[in-house]
Amino acid sequence: MDEGLRNELTKQGVFTTTLEELYNWGRKNSVWPLQFGLACCAIEMIATSMARYDLARFGAEVFRPSPRQADLMIVAGTVTKKMAPQVIRLYNQMPEPKYVIAMGACAISGGPFKQGYNVLKGIDRYIPVDVHIPGCPPRPEALIHAFMTLQKAISGQKLSGPNRAQHLQPDEPSEFPIPQFGEHDLVPPSNPAVWKAPQMSQHL
Amino acid sequence: MVNYPSYFFLAVFLGIAILFPLGPLLLARLWAAKFAPQKSGEQKNAVYECGLETKGDARIQFKSHYYLYAIIFLIFDVETIFLLPFAVAFTGLPFGAFLALVVFLLLLVEGLAWAWMKGVLTWH
Repeated sequence: MDEGLRNELTKQGVFTTTLEELYNWGRKNSVWPLQFGLACCAIEMIATSMARYDLARFGAEVFRPSPRQADLMIVAGTVTKKMAPQVIRLYNQMPEPKYVIAMGACAISGGPFKQGYNVLKGIDRYIPVDVHIPGCPPRPEALIHAFMTLQKAISGQKLSGPNRAQHLQPDEPSEFPIPQFGEHDLVPPSNPAVWKAPQMSQHL
Repeated sequence: MVNYPSYFFLAVFLGIAILFPLGPLLLARLWAAKFAPQKSGEQKNAVYECGLETKGDARIQFKSHYYLYAIIFLIFDVETIFLLPFAVAFTGLPFGAFLALVVFLLLLVEGLAWAWMKGVLTWH
């Protein structure tokens, strides 16, 4: 439908929508997170789901204890190298469409423990992350903001055409390789299909 | 003569009761076949065990010797629950009820005596 005609109709009090918008509206308001926390950020995540901050306003209060029923993975906390394979396996076991919020400095980059030998320097090295939240830990408002950002992203997803959402493209992978424990580090140290090391460039 | 309602509405109710759970399941199956993105994989279909890989068989055998714990539990725990109302209502009980409770107690006491003789109560 033409955007101009649509605006005209809205002014006259006629609500128009498309099937895609309606479908995405339903999807974005019923995102069920996976119930798991890794460190202190999880406490903020729990606070967000409780009465004071009330994530239920966004339709995401149903924390599922099984990846089979979850749409969203909130990586809340430090991902140690021992825990990383489990996190990625849980992500692989979630059904499509699935989304990831990396919550807190540790989940996005290793945070204050970045120099630690046993800390993964960001979960985005192995799985695609939709929203990154900085902060140590981020306040519940920050998680709600990240959630609203994710909702915006979901409502903008196309359901058909060449630019359709990733989960609807049959060639896009749904499972990501799980790293093995190596002698000094996880093998491989990152998934090159998902993450590339930032290149330092110097402009003189 | 009183005009009783027919049982037809029960049949209707039964039909609805069967369709109510089956309908959503069939719709979900239909949705999965027609619209849901088909992205199954080896790991996705694997058994969920909190992110870990499963080890061994899910069908394991418990030792049958646990029956001793069941009997001792019955004697010391379940009997306590019955003893309390027995004690409260003791003075006002008719003879038949008193006899029934005493039989019940004696049955359990017999179990205790048997367990005692078998040496279950001594800690090895």
